[in-house]
Parts: sequence; structure tokens; C-alpha cells
Amino acid sequence: MKALVFLEHYAGELEKGGLGALSKAASLGEAVGVVLGPGASEVAARAGAYGATKAYACEDDVLASPLPQPRVDALATLVQKTGADAVLFAASVLSADVAAGLAARLDAGLNWDVIDLSVNDGELVGKRPALGDTVLVDVGWKGGTKLALIRSGALDPVESGGVAEVELFETSFSDFATLAALVEQTQEEVTGPSIEEADIIVAGGRGLGSPEGFTMLEELAAALGGAVGATRAVVDAGWYPYSTQVGQTGKTVSPKLYIACGISGAIQHKVGMQGAGTIIAINKDPNAPIFDFCDIGVVGDLHQIVPKLTELVRASRA
Amino acid sequence: MKIAVCVKHVPDATVHKRIDPETKRLDRSGESTLNPTDLNAVEEALRIKEAHGGEVVLVSLGPAKASDSLRKALAMGADRSVLVSDDAAAGSDLLGTARVLAAALEREGADLVLFGQASSDGDGAVLWAAVADRLRRPMISQVAALTVDAGSITGKRQTEHGYDVITAPLPAVAAVSDAINEPRYPSLKGIMGAKSKPQESLALADLGVAAESVGEAGSQTTVLELGPPPSRGNQITIEDDGSAAQKILDIVLERRLL
Amino acid sequence: MTRPIDFPPPFGPADAVGVPSDPHEERIEVGVAIVGAGPGGLACAIRLGQLLEEHPEVRERLGEVPVALFEKGKQAGSHLLSGAVVNPRALRQLFRGRLTMADVPTYGEVPGEAVYLMSRRSAVRIPPPPTMRNHGNVIVSISALARFLAEQAEALGVAVLPETAATKLLVEHGRVVGIRTGDRGRGRESEPLSTFESGSDVVAGLTVLAEGTQGYLTAAAIDRFGLEGENPQIWALGVKEVWRVPKPLRRIVHTMGWPLRKSARYGEFGGSFIYPMGDELVTVGFVAGLEAKDVEFSVHDILQEFKTHRLVWKILHGGERVAWGAKTITEGGYFSLPRRFNAPGLLLVGEGAGLVNVPRLKGVHYAIESGRLAGEAAFRALQRGEVAGRVGALDSYDESLRESPMWRELYEVRNMRQAFDKGFFVGGALASMMTVTKGRMPNGRFPTHPNAAASLIKTGRAARYPTPDGTYVYDKLSSVFASGNRTRDDQPNHLKVQSRVRRPVAEAWKWMCPAHVYEVGHDLGDGMVSVEITPSNCVQCGAITAKGGRLTPPEGGSGPEYTLT
Repeated sequence: MKALVFLEHYAGELEKGGLGALSKAASLGEAVGVVLGPGASEVAARAGAYGATKAYACEDDVLASPLPQPRVDALATLVQKTGADAVLFAASVLSADVAAGLAARLDAGLNWDVIDLSVNDGELVGKRPALGDTVLVDVGWKGGTKLALIRSGALDPVESGGVAEVELFETSFSDFATLAALVEQTQEEVTGPSIEEADIIVAGGRGLGSPEGFTMLEELAAALGGAVGATRAVVDAGWYPYSTQVGQTGKTVSPKLYIACGISGAIQHKVGMQGAGTIIAINKDPNAPIFDFCDIGVVGDLHQIVPKLTELVRASRA
Repeated sequence: MKIAVCVKHVPDATVHKRIDPETKRLDRSGESTLNPTDLNAVEEALRIKEAHGGEVVLVSLGPAKASDSLRKALAMGADRSVLVSDDAAAGSDLLGTARVLAAALEREGADLVLFGQASSDGDGAVLWAAVADRLRRPMISQVAALTVDAGSITGKRQTEHGYDVITAPLPAVAAVSDAINEPRYPSLKGIMGAKSKPQESLALADLGVAAESVGEAGSQTTVLELGPPPSRGNQITIEDDGSAAQKILDIVLERRLL
Repeated sequence: MTRPIDFPPPFGPADAVGVPSDPHEERIEVGVAIVGAGPGGLACAIRLGQLLEEHPEVRERLGEVPVALFEKGKQAGSHLLSGAVVNPRALRQLFRGRLTMADVPTYGEVPGEAVYLMSRRSAVRIPPPPTMRNHGNVIVSISALARFLAEQAEALGVAVLPETAATKLLVEHGRVVGIRTGDRGRGRESEPLSTFESGSDVVAGLTVLAEGTQGYLTAAAIDRFGLEGENPQIWALGVKEVWRVPKPLRRIVHTMGWPLRKSARYGEFGGSFIYPMGDELVTVGFVAGLEAKDVEFSVHDILQEFKTHRLVWKILHGGERVAWGAKTITEGGYFSLPRRFNAPGLLLVGEGAGLVNVPRLKGVHYAIESGRLAGEAAFRALQRGEVAGRVGALDSYDESLRESPMWRELYEVRNMRQAFDKGFFVGGALASMMTVTKGRMPNGRFPTHPNAAASLIKTGRAARYPTPDGTYVYDKLSSVFASGNRTRDDQPNHLKVQSRVRRPVAEAWKWMCPAHVYEVGHDLGDGMVSVEITPSNCVQCGAITAKGGRLTPPEGGSGPEYTLT
């Protein structure tokens, strides 16, 4: 397999997700990276450390804005140039659009939400969860180029200490691809992520005992750089806003880490967070249903454990 | 102004969504409804029509019974619907679906094509980008706020880092997020009037789309095997004796979650 | 002596009656308005649709929407739950000349049947009592049947309007002139949200109420027009599950006895049903009267307890639960029927009007039968150019009910349910006497007592309930999930109950409710407590109405989304 891996960069660094895809691709065959936009050529060489034998870069002005459609043109050109039979993307708002646009352009199959890749009998096979993460499906491709969009955080970058030759390339752009224009770009102040975007969520339920318990959770969330969530029961009781409700009639979240404090784990809540990477439950009732599906179950008094944990987290980050 | 909204008919999100063990695809035989986030797109289209005048057309690829779900969106205020319903299109993947929708949308010639952000059956993610490429039109996705001016649209696009403001000339494609609006409830008059609104049904042949290029036959991706859920691995239980907080931190650091 | 009836809800039937308030040009005009897409309402709609198709000149007079059928659930069948073994005669009659039973979705004729008297460790087979012989009857899912009937109604030009609750009966100058539909998009304090959509006045020449158990407008109409029957109405609560099973069940099963207690002291009367639904599915349900006195009486938990019996375990184990639901059943019988089924501009159909035969466990075909007769009476009035509002214009409906076989059947068993107030054995003996004499003896009218008037006792019954394990024995919250209930949380509370009650009453509500809506709140001193309510769990079974509160229709589209029940 020869894979072309789409690498995004931000503030002078290659993004982790793309490097994870690159490491996996390099373990399965030959892998080359592509970096687009201003600063691409400077940062592209780093791809070698993660398994790329070569890194392509294009800094055309058209690519200056973080818009997907011109990137489809660039990748289409590069696929032809390199003869890659697979193109891998680490999922992001931008890359998802690029991957789908490229699929249409090349008439190529695209599997998304992929959490792992392997080669079986010479064929590329992907693994992806389905139905709210309740089943795991093996997926494949027919035909020429195979496109995969990999779930955020599913593949970890592995440094292999190689070096990649950087090659600049040129591409033309379709007339329609350059019609959309960036007018303004705003960075959101870091007051903390919303629960939909957060990588870490600290959530509270009735076991908190009172609305004041949420102050304790806010502190832990702030120390961890995460967001605060709540169960339906406490939102109903007015302890915390509806916008933070996680569950069947609230929001569905899939952070990397979900810390459930004083939450019993009724199914109405479970379906909103069962896709989380790691679930830690803190509850004083050892029979709470949440202990049936968490990764780390802590039986104890959250009023002792949570503030202590906050202190330790702050110390470790200092 | 003519606005086309692409909507999808999905299995109702009640308990028993299951994968049919024979076809290995989502069992769509149960009750079904309009994909919830498509309602945001319908609502946005209705607001634009209310501000600028024009027509809202629903475009969908699905089985014949999808016309019931379409009627609900007509009850909200859309003017008519076009349903491409053809057995050969069943099981279409992203490409096949994009091919059919693009053909239907070209036939409509709308100024603006709207999509909802994600589909609850997990099958339609990023459809809009594929459709925009086939239509050869500019596209803005993840739109949390949309304005329409003479001849162009401006969207506030939500990204991981903040938001970007993007403009594009019409005709264009936009995919709206569920943060953009709260879809309205249809009024009783709307529900009663929906039945007399035109609901067109098309076959692939009407669009000039070859049957082999869509459906299971035309799919470029395959489903090989179904398996049990990704196991959570061994569960660790900690009974707090004062050291639980430290143990939690150790695990979090070890798994590089921070 | 603590009784729920001493804590009546902050609500009266008059709250559901009013005059049209929309400006005239905004009122929606229909010919006939039917409330409830259950078998009764749908049969009425279908029959009317058939007659209007045959008589287009009458149809034209009814305007753009000749027949409108309002359903508060997401679709027809979403709020319907029953066993069900149905006598097909009413369906055959409804579709005479158009469809046969082969066209109706059923699970086939009853293959065989068995009745058991249960104890904890045994199940003794007894010959089926004459009222429970089901040869020739068919097994159906009432929810699926309603979806089929709704398609038939729509094909006949009936406007079926789901997600629309009827919240007021419009009465003007002593006649019913229509209904008002409910608002949507209100928040927890009833404040209008950004999506607020006001309800509408629907003005109709004739209104048919087919709301089923605990009918909201039906109760208001009975009160408003003085239609109460002789005995107070009483109810039972049924809770059931549908299971996918490894081996097919080839007979229907009914049981009596365990886990219910036989002494009259406890007021526990009811039994179970286990029906095959094709080869792959089985439904098991438990029904018990709401006069049960134990504070910890919970039909859901009794169903779970019942499942642990070897008889049931052999049928279900190795399988997978695929649905759950709960609903009350009207039990008063003949003497609780309203004294008239019509009022100016109004017809009452089906279970809402009390037409259920408890000893036969049959109500679906009575609903269809009465719906058909109501459709015919409505048509006759419209055909005569009658203002349906004239007093007596609809009396032919009452006459047709009294001439139908169902009337005689109800009369024969008129005292049978009440007999079981005396406990299982005395009740059983009396019931046998009634059966043998075909209802002639004992004569007279046995009284009923409102369910909420039962004094509460505590016997530690909950200790017997099995602990939920999530794979065979289920807790209430995961069951609510299995009902498809995804009701929006920030809605006004639709359950009218007193907020300060004696502790045993709050506990009784907590156990009674199959959906875990009520919990005992804070101690308020003096033996009184507050009641905590989670309205979004509510599956609208109606048990609270029987036991001292009042279920009112929440926003249209809320509640369970039954498909297999």
C-alpha cells in the first residue's frame, strides 16, 4: 500500500491526529505526507520523524485560507503524481470536507470514523464503531483509491526517527473551488470548551448532594482544561443549565476522558456518553449501574476525592 | 430565491436500532422519521424564504415511505418535495448518494442548497462536500449563522479554534450545524395543508443516473464483518482509602489523557 | 387511615372545557373531529370515510376537511398498548366488502391456550373459564394494528394529524362545537420558548371522543353533560414486555394467583398473559387492579417477580427484551358505563366510554364496534342535514350500542369484576355462579369503590421484588428507555397532583408508577412530605388519575413511541 497522509498544521506544529494516521500508514506500507498552506514547507520535514519517506508541500496563496475546496484540487493532483492508492485524513472540521470532496472528485470510496487500519490478505481493512459505539464493523474498499477519515484521537503518533525529503509541488485550481473567501477569523477565548468539543468532561449527578457541588467540579474541570456536564436529574432540579445536560434528551458527547461524579448511570445518561474514550466513575454506592460500564470505578466519597484530585492535577501541571 | 434542502429519512432513534445480520447494513425496516438535524436546515431555508421570498424545495433519496417524513417538513412550511425512490439506489454509499442528489439538484437549479450537519444513522456525514464537488459550486460547512445578501451568502463557520467568517457567491452549498436555530413546530394549519403540496417521485432513469453507479452495486466501500463492541478492556476498581485521587491521576497520566 | 382520595389533584374536569377563543378567521373548520387514533377512533374514521366515499353529496357539504383525526402520540399506535387477543368479528364487519382478515396485520389465530393457577413454586393448569375461551380469535399488536388502520383511514381521505393533543372541549350554548389543540414550545414554567406554537380552535359539526383509558376530554364531557354511570369507574394497570425468544411459543397462556395475594384484605386482583407474536416474539404482561392497598404495590416489579417463575423463565430465558410499556385498563364494566353515550354535537366511543369486558379481557373489538356504529350515526345525522347539536339527534348511536352483542355480553358479566373485592376464593365462587347462570345470578348491582379510596397498608411487599440485573429483570428507568420515550425535558409539568401529602400517599405513588415519575421529597413535618416529579419519564399510562392525581395531555408528540406493544 502507498498512502498519502493529509497533515494539518497549526501555529507552526503538525497536528497530532495527522501524525497518528501517518504512523499507522507507515507501519502498513509506504507513507508520504502532504502539508498545505502558509508555512507548510517549514513544518513538512517533521513528517519524517513519524514514518513519512517523503513530504509534499504547497504554499500557493489560494491555500492561505483554511478552506476545503482548493485542498481537494491539490490532493487530486498529488494522488495522480504520487500514484498513491490510499489517502488518509485525521478527522477535523476541515479534513472531513476535504476527504468527501476528494471522494467525489476521484470517484473513490470513503470510510469515516475509522479507529484502526490493517492489511488483511493484501487488502486494506478499516475498523469503525457503529450504532452509537455499540458494535464494531470491519469495512473495506472497492476500486482504485481508498480514502479513510480517522476518528479524532484514535491513532497515536509513534516516532520512528526517520527523515523525509520535502518536495514542493504545484497545482491548478478548479474555478468553483476558489469562489468561497475567508472574511474574518476569530480565535475563541479560552474560557473552556463547550461540552460538545471538550476532550475532557467532568460531569455531576444527584450524588453531589447540592448545587454547590458543581463549584467543586468546575475547579476540577478548569484544572484539567475540560468542560462541566450534568445529568437530567440535576438539570431538572435547577442545579445546572440545560445546555450542559448529557444524555438521551440532552447532548451526546465522546470526549477522551469522562469523569462521572455522583452519577448512578441510568441508561438515559449512558447513551449520551458511552462513546467516551475512558470513563472514570466516582460514586459511594458500589451497586450503581455506572460501575458496569466504566473503565475505572472508584467507590468513595466524591467530596473528598474530587478536591484532592484537583489539587494533584494542578500540582502536576505546575 | 429558490432554496433546495437535502433531507434524509432515517430509522427512528428508538431503542432497537440493529444491524441486519444478513445485509450487514442498518436495519431500516422499522419506523422512521426525518433526520433531526435536517430540520435545522429546513428551518433556516424557511427563514430565508420569509426574509427574501422564493421557494423551498425538499430533495431526498430514499424509499417510497420517505414521503411521510417529507410531509412533516412540508408541514413546517416547505413548498414541495422531490423524492428519488428507486430500488437500485438502496444501499448507496457516500458517492452513490452524492451522485443521485447532485443529479436531482441540477434538475432543480436552486440558488442555495442546504444540508443539515450530521445524520443520526451515521451514514450521511460530509455528504455536502461530495455534492458540492459534483455540482461544481462553492461550499461553506459547519455554519452556525447564515446571512443572505444580493447574490451571496455569508456563513459563520465553527472550527476547533474559534470561528471563521466565509462568503461565497450564489449559487452555493451550505451545511448548517444544529446550533444555527431551533426548528419550528408545524402549525395545525401547516400539518393539514401539507397533504396538498406537490410531492414528486423520481426514478434513477428520470435523472439519467445509471443504476450500476449507485446502490450496493456502485458502492466503493464494503462492510465485511460485524463484531461485538470495542471492549473496554479490564475494568479497574478502586476502593478509596484516601489514595484514590492519586491513583486516578496516575492512570490519567499513564494513558496520556492530559 | 391514609387514602390517596383525600389528596385530590389541583384540577377539575371543568378545566378542560371552554369556548372558542381564536378570532373566527383563524379557527380551523372540519366536518367531523375525532380525538384518538386508537382502534375506536380509527374505526369511526374509516366507517365515516367509507360512507362519505359512497355519498359524495354529503361529503361536499363538510368542506375541505370532512374528517380530521387527532392523535397526541408521534404516530398512530405510539401510545397504544394491549395484550392482545382480539375477536375479529368487528374488523370483519368494518371492512365488509373491501378487505378480509388476511389483509389485516395479525400474528394469526390463537394456536391453543392454557390457564394456570400459580403459586411461588408451581403452576396448576385449570380448564379455561368460559369467559376466557379464545378459539377463533387472533393475536395482534395493537400498535401495529393502529398503524394499519391509519393507512386505511388516510386512503379514504381522513386527515390523520399526529403529534396533536386535544386539550379542551369547546362547548357553546350547551352543545359541543369542537376541540382546542394543545400549545407546543412552552418551557418548564409554561413560558413560551422561541419555538412556541399556539394551539388552535378546531370547529366541527360533530366531535367524537375516542381517547381510550382515562380519556381527558371524555371525563370533562361526562361531567359537563351529567352522563355519569351508576358505579364509579375503576381501573387496573397493565405492564408488559415484548421479548425476542429462542424457541417459538405455541399457545397463549393466562395465569391467576401468584404473585398476587388472595385475601380480600390486600385488594390484589389480576393476572398475567403470555402471548406468542409469530415465531420469534413473545409478549408477557401483568394486569392488576388499582384498588390494591399495599403502599409498595408496583405492577412493574410484580411483572419482574412473575418472570422469575419457572413457567415464564422457560419461555423467555436466552431471549432479549425488545419492548416495554404500561397502560391502565378500564374495569368498571356495565354499571360504570355512562348513562348516555351522546350529547349535543358529541359521541363517546370505546374504552374511554367504559366499553371493556374485563372477564373476557376484551376491549379492542368493542372499540372498533362502537367506533363503527358512531361513524354510522354521525353519517346519518349529517345526511339528514341535521344540526348534530339538536338534542336527541344522535340518540340512534345509543340505540345501536344497546342492540349490539357487546351490550348483552357486558350485561352478563356486570358484577363479575366487583365480586373479586371479596377476595380470590369468594370472588371466584361468585364468578362461577354468574357464568353458570349466564349472568342471571346473583342479581342486583354490586358496587365499585374509587381506586383512590383504598386505605393504604404496609406489609413489606417490596422485599419480594427481584433485584434488577439489566438482562432478565429490569428496573423502571431502563424500561422507560425501552418504551421509546424521549420526551423533551423543559416542558410544563402535565401531571396534576397535590404537592404536599402524607408520606404513605407519596410512597404509594412512587411504587405505583411504572415509569418512576414520583419520588418522596422532603419531610415537611407533621407526617407530610413533598412530592418530587420527573414528568419527562411519564409514559401516560394514567395510573395516577386512578389514584388521586390527574394525567393531562402533555405537548403533542411526547411520551412513549410504542411500535410492538
